[in-house]
Amino acid sequence: MSGMQDYGSRISDPNSRKMGTFSYLPQLTDDELRKQVEYIVSKGWNPAIEHTEPENMRSNFWYMWKLPMFGETDVDAIFNEIEMCKKANPGNHVRLVGYDNFKQSQGTSMVVHRAEMKA
Amino acid sequence: MNQQTNPGKYSAGVKEYRETYWEPNYTPKDSDVLACFKITPQPGVPREEAAAAVAAESSTGTWTTVWTDLLTDLDYYKGRAYAIEDVPGDDESYYAFIAYPMGLFEEGSVVNVFTSLVGNVFGFKAVRALRLEDVRFPLWFVTTCDGPPHGIQVERDKLDKYGRPFLGCTIKPKLGLSAKNYGRAVYEALRGGLDFTKDDENINSQPFMRWRDRFEFCQEAIEKAEKETGERKGHYLNVTAPNIEEMYKRAEFAKEIGSPIIMSDYLTMGWAAQASLSRWCRDNGMLLHVHRAMHGVIDRHPKHGINFRVLAKMLRLLGGDHLHSGTVVGKLEGDREATLGWIDLMREKHVKEDRSRGIFFDQDWGQMPGVLPVASGGIHVWHMPALVNIFGDDSCLQFGGGTLGHPWGNAAGAAANRVAVEACVKARNEGRELEKESKDIMTEAAKHSPELKIAMETWKEIKFEFDTVDKLDVAHR
Repeated sequence: MSGMQDYGSRISDPNSRKMGTFSYLPQLTDDELRKQVEYIVSKGWNPAIEHTEPENMRSNFWYMWKLPMFGETDVDAIFNEIEMCKKANPGNHVRLVGYDNFKQSQGTSMVVHRAEMKA
Repeated sequence: MNQQTNPGKYSAGVKEYRETYWEPNYTPKDSDVLACFKITPQPGVPREEAAAAVAAESSTGTWTTVWTDLLTDLDYYKGRAYAIEDVPGDDESYYAFIAYPMGLFEEGSVVNVFTSLVGNVFGFKAVRALRLEDVRFPLWFVTTCDGPPHGIQVERDKLDKYGRPFLGCTIKPKLGLSAKNYGRAVYEALRGGLDFTKDDENINSQPFMRWRDRFEFCQEAIEKAEKETGERKGHYLNVTAPNIEEMYKRAEFAKEIGSPIIMSDYLTMGWAAQASLSRWCRDNGMLLHVHRAMHGVIDRHPKHGINFRVLAKMLRLLGGDHLHSGTVVGKLEGDREATLGWIDLMREKHVKEDRSRGIFFDQDWGQMPGVLPVASGGIHVWHMPALVNIFGDDSCLQFGGGTLGHPWGNAAGAAANRVAVEACVKARNEGRELEKESKDIMTEAAKHSPELKIAMETWKEIKFEFDTVDKLDVAHR
């Protein structure tokens, strides 16, 4: 049994909360995030930014940061909006969505800024 | 049917079929139901005869002329064999294409279509073996069927999961756990990062664990794992039951306690029961996972039965949100190209004829939602790059032993799978080649996940490299 590790997740530890796709990986670096943004653009999806107070993260509807960036393909512009959203909403989680209007759903969604969580 | 099997001879009775039911100049109508059969005739029966006989026996024909034939427009109602093709690599069998007019079938009744197409004809003496390879359902028929209760997009929205395959796990041992111990296994797998856990197909309501107790303990497990991880979870509660009344009772209880999803075994439970349960699921906002237990009896023999692509199309029409599709890489049968063909038929709106994938007809699904293919059976973390590559995001990858068999337990096994799938999706999005670079991608991911590292060491050597029995015909020889 030596070497066996406990799985340390618990309700009392807010850091046990996960947030969908990529939340089991280390926080994406800027370079890595840039590649994911490029992927969204390459799929023809419409990028959108949303944010929420951590205590409301389980809601379907986070706050939209402006309207989705329809037709935006400039990765820098998308990055810039993420930064503006983060600055304007300190203490909130921020996620990046790629809307797929043909599937009428979200092609992907990933939390790009994880705020500090209180129990 | 006094069919003779003596080579070189056939009876006059068979000859009549060709005169009425073989029409090589017929152009199929958009409204026709089209079928492709692989026929292995009795020795001495010519191709056209056997093809016409199959057309006759699966539509209007009987072995002799009856006076009441003259009271209807038999020329309209008959099935027509309109083409014959060689089976690649097979001198004995051939494909026969048959067109059936729309008036032969009850609207919205999959049961009725198959009672004709694979009814008495499969016991017909003039053929030694018969396999239904594909069926083209005309759009009018598709729109009269209910289809999946929700479909892939709605499921994603309900569960708030995007941009990656879903992850699941069948709880093992298949049979014998108490409800509370079973719920423990569910809880551990869900808190470790899986989206779903699953009842096995033969878990119903046995003495060791009655259904009601299982449902309650599993629901508690789901709710606690959701609170702990902040993510939405589900457990496929199998409502397959000895009769329909009992099935509905179990489904109602699952809804009452707040379960998001239930499950059925559509082949053993019966197609009419499946259609009813699917309609109930749409009415009650419940997702429906569908297991295909018994399919191997029907679809595995390359010369007799029904190809799985037809069973998959049938389920999309009957209704279900998930369907087991084979894994390609695991312990269960599954040819890669054929599997790619039927997962397209499960998910896409329009699928083109593609013989390299075993698809014999264009199939237009109109606006009918898709069914999520489920890859399950003998898969583990090392298979993840191939699975993500083969199945893409709109799929559910289910690791039973590959979660529960982790040396540190279910939660660690679940976390290993979740890290692996996310690492593969991330790498794919970055433009990397998953199957070529699988070792690098997995090794990099394991640097940040001790759970994944141990899983990779545990299952390093396990492969299932037996040859597939039901291969695509193009792959023969």
